[in-house]
Amino acid sequence: MGKTKTILDNSKVFFAEVGDISYFTARFFREVFKPPFEFKELLRQCFNMGNRSLLLVVVTGFILGLVFTLQSRPTLMEFGAESWMPSMVGISIVREIGPVIIALICAGRIGSGIGAELGSMRVTEQIDAMEVSGTNPFKYLVVTRIVATTLMLPLLIIIGDTVALLGSALIENLKGEVSYLLYFNQVFDAITYADIIPATIKSFFFGFAIGLVGCYKGYYCSKGTVGVGEASNAAVVYTSMLLFIIDFIAVFITDIFF
Amino acid sequence: MESENKIVPVLELKDLRKSFGENTVLNGFNLKLYKGENLVVMGKSGSGKSVMIKCLVGLIEADSGSIRIKDHDITKLGQKELDILRTEIGFLFQGSALYDSMTVRENLEFPLRRHKKKLELKGHTETLVIEALTNVGLADAIDLMPAELSGGMQRRVALARALILKPKIILYDEPTTGLDPITSKEIIQLMRTIQDTYNTSSLIITHDVDCARVISNRMILLVDGINYAEGTYQELIASQDPKVQAFFKN
Repeated sequence: MGKTKTILDNSKVFFAEVGDISYFTARFFREVFKPPFEFKELLRQCFNMGNRSLLLVVVTGFILGLVFTLQSRPTLMEFGAESWMPSMVGISIVREIGPVIIALICAGRIGSGIGAELGSMRVTEQIDAMEVSGTNPFKYLVVTRIVATTLMLPLLIIIGDTVALLGSALIENLKGEVSYLLYFNQVFDAITYADIIPATIKSFFFGFAIGLVGCYKGYYCSKGTVGVGEASNAAVVYTSMLLFIIDFIAVFITDIFF
Repeated sequence: MESENKIVPVLELKDLRKSFGENTVLNGFNLKLYKGENLVVMGKSGSGKSVMIKCLVGLIEADSGSIRIKDHDITKLGQKELDILRTEIGFLFQGSALYDSMTVRENLEFPLRRHKKKLELKGHTETLVIEALTNVGLADAIDLMPAELSGGMQRRVALARALILKPKIILYDEPTTGLDPITSKEIIQLMRTIQDTYNTSSLIITHDVDCARVISNRMILLVDGINYAEGTYQELIASQDPKVQAFFKN
């Protein structure tokens, strides 16, 4: 009886959360096309998210390329298939590993930042102060951040993928004596639009998810400073789960059409 | 003139009720604020003072009752009308609520952004910002960040921001909380000066008896969600009611 009640209570909380986040999403779409537009704040957010995440993305991407190539080399050599290395690494990074790893990194860097910033603004009544001054805080704070993450994440992923391929090319050049030109020729021979287009579309959804969850958790933050920590933490956890769900759906759809 | 001011309240709450689940916070609260008046609402922590003041500006939706500000029932206004009406109300938050990612100048410019047309402010933004900061004695702090200001300075900047749209009503939520006695006195003095300069009506939420004594024309004690007692400071302090006495003894 006790267990059933717990399951029922948890289900209620889960569905209430799903309902709230659906309403939040619907409100975003209602507000995003409605003037006045906050272009200045949008640009500021794009700069903050893009520029400040760039170093992290570049370092992560480079190490990803290095490690992936170093780990794959022995296995491919065992089968005498090391000439397939550039194609395999290129396709894997562009289609799957690059977008997912960079998105997860950004969920930690950007998602938690948004959750903490908006959460702190909520508990210190800054959001209330905006509302009282006749400004729409949802439009100013939420819409601009979600649009910024949606636009910036594909760019960060493209940069991350490129740097990862450079890292991989470096290892191939050092260990396998493959020239950079040959390496990239093989990579671009292997990659098709069917690899690039779904991955790019997917990265817009990743960006949207990171912005949406971070903003949702921060905007409705409560319970003081403890709540800010919880909002920041929940933003990363929920976004990470959501990224894998989106990735699964994207792969499933890609499999049907490409 | 004074009797004329007393006839029509600029702000009126009637039978305001608000509950959070089982917890009833406001249980039929009534209030009238007249032009040029300083009305103090006192109550213990958690008695619903802040909830009441947030209902007043539409930050929290009341369960029932009417809230009239300058002939408008705010419970019946759309978002656009409410935003316009809010330009006539200044709000000083308990913790100042300055936007910490903006400079003092940007904090003061922020409320002006959406109301330039209505206020015919083209080109006057800078003048208004400097005027408001000068009135609170902080013109030199214009390019500082909120984190670089002391608590008292932050409260002054918040007051300047509340005044920037030249409101006719100012709502103060615990204006002296968290400040040392000397800074508290300065803020209270500033509130009086501002009332003279801007000719405003003020609703002050506080549990600071000194603040109430100095600034109030009239007081309401909020107990158990209702206006338990009402009168001037002298009338209330002379009351024999134990619940009223409890406020002043402490």
